[in-house]
Amino acid sequence: MSDDLYREQILEHYKNPHHFGELPDADITQEGDNPLCGDVITFYLKLDDGRLGDVRFRGRGCAISQASASMLTDLIVGKPLQELKTFPTKDLLEELGIQISPARMKCATLSVNTLRVALNGDAPEED
Amino acid sequence: MIQTRPLTAEAARADFPIMERRVNGKPLVYLDSAATSQKPAVVIDTMDDYYRRYNANPHRGVYAISEEATAAYESARQRVATFIHAASPKEVIFTRNTTEAINLVRYSWGRANIRPGARILLTEMEHHSNLVPWQLLAQEVQATLSFLCIDDDGLLELDQLDRQLEGVQLLAITHQSNTLGTINPIKAVAEAAHRAGALVLVDGAQAVPHMPVDVQDLGVDFYAFSGHKMCGPTGIGVLWARRSLLESMPPFLGGGDMKFEAGTPSVAEGIGLGAAVDYLTQFGMDRVRSHERTLVDYALEKLQEVPGITIYGPRDSEIHGGAVSFTLANIHPHDLATLVDREGIAVRAGHHCTQPLMDRLGVAATTRASFYIYNRADEVDQLVTGIQKAQKVFA
Repeated sequence: MSDDLYREQILEHYKNPHHFGELPDADITQEGDNPLCGDVITFYLKLDDGRLGDVRFRGRGCAISQASASMLTDLIVGKPLQELKTFPTKDLLEELGIQISPARMKCATLSVNTLRVALNGDAPEED
Repeated sequence: MIQTRPLTAEAARADFPIMERRVNGKPLVYLDSAATSQKPAVVIDTMDDYYRRYNANPHRGVYAISEEATAAYESARQRVATFIHAASPKEVIFTRNTTEAINLVRYSWGRANIRPGARILLTEMEHHSNLVPWQLLAQEVQATLSFLCIDDDGLLELDQLDRQLEGVQLLAITHQSNTLGTINPIKAVAEAAHRAGALVLVDGAQAVPHMPVDVQDLGVDFYAFSGHKMCGPTGIGVLWARRSLLESMPPFLGGGDMKFEAGTPSVAEGIGLGAAVDYLTQFGMDRVRSHERTLVDYALEKLQEVPGITIYGPRDSEIHGGAVSFTLANIHPHDLATLVDREGIAVRAGHHCTQPLMDRLGVAATTRASFYIYNRADEVDQLVTGIQKAQKVFA
């Protein structure tokens, strides 16, 4: 784990997020937010025969929340929905590759929690 | 009699053990006193001394150490009363904090007095502690809430006050905004409210630690504040109210002892607050205020030079207490707070429990630097340097 919270890869995702935008024909649109810090993310998911055919997101907030959403889209696009319903938070944290302090954990996990709500239609799993 | 002492940040720092602390290898630069102040050794030692030498339940025992505990606790109440110029220590109710003091008024005075259809007037800059209790009371008794707006400089739109006060039973207003630093003209506002037949509750959490407060001169009805923001411990706060008003109010909590302070109180914390009051009194609150004014002037001047910065709140330090909120064009407040923490600098990032105000400002969060007696101008410089470093990371 790198100690540098703002390592190049995170800043790169923040400045040039992957899959950023909307899908007009999305099957699922799901917004998630952290009321305490004002981070907001909306996922647009297009399903394709039991898989996540395509994904876009919009959002605003801190670098950690937005970079984590961008990274998550890379990890989930094309994957079977059954798998994504239980997408492990630790996989995303490994992708972020940095030490996340307890105070910033909600920022780092907003995207994956929102994905779980989108696919399961219920409250996010607490890790 | 408390010996007076000149106030310099350098001398004050020596009184605070935590100032020795290093964070991430750097000396601690503590710029979050609006959240909670640091504690001087004399407060810590006073509480320690109580636990070591005369720990006992006050108001009950007839034995020596219980009488000592009672005397120390009641002496603290007396000193708090003197500090805020209350007419009597009987007007000083100890609570856990400002929030509990406001909730005491909600449950006791509010439930007994606020009529269905009546209005409670708040301001757009209230902390949730002076908002949520009134939302809940309004729901319970079918009253309505309305809000006095602020202008773009973070000042209350006082030309709307008389109109807004029509039909209002209670005006609940902060003395100093925890987010903007705005100092509200409480005395004038209270006069207008009384002319309209409303009572006035003041959230003084950000005022009592930082400026002279005379509750009688302000002419208000309820005044709430916390010990932990004024060099005292957590777990002790104060509700001041005029004695006649307190006597008319039904009990808050049921239990042993008093109408508003049922159960064994926070003895060590009360005694600690008394020590904090003495500690501040040796400097004089006028000096505390002018020290912070100097820092605010300096911070406003230095921060203004930062490219892409938006500073909120009044530009005139006459009406701007020791808290400065700002946002940066390309860096979220949480990212900034995390990056400057690497330099040992503690600032607050978030909505500061003032969401209606955040909506008014059109932002989700701000970064806030807040000052106290132990802060030096060079810590403002370090903050600015920290911001510049963060801007390089995000460039």
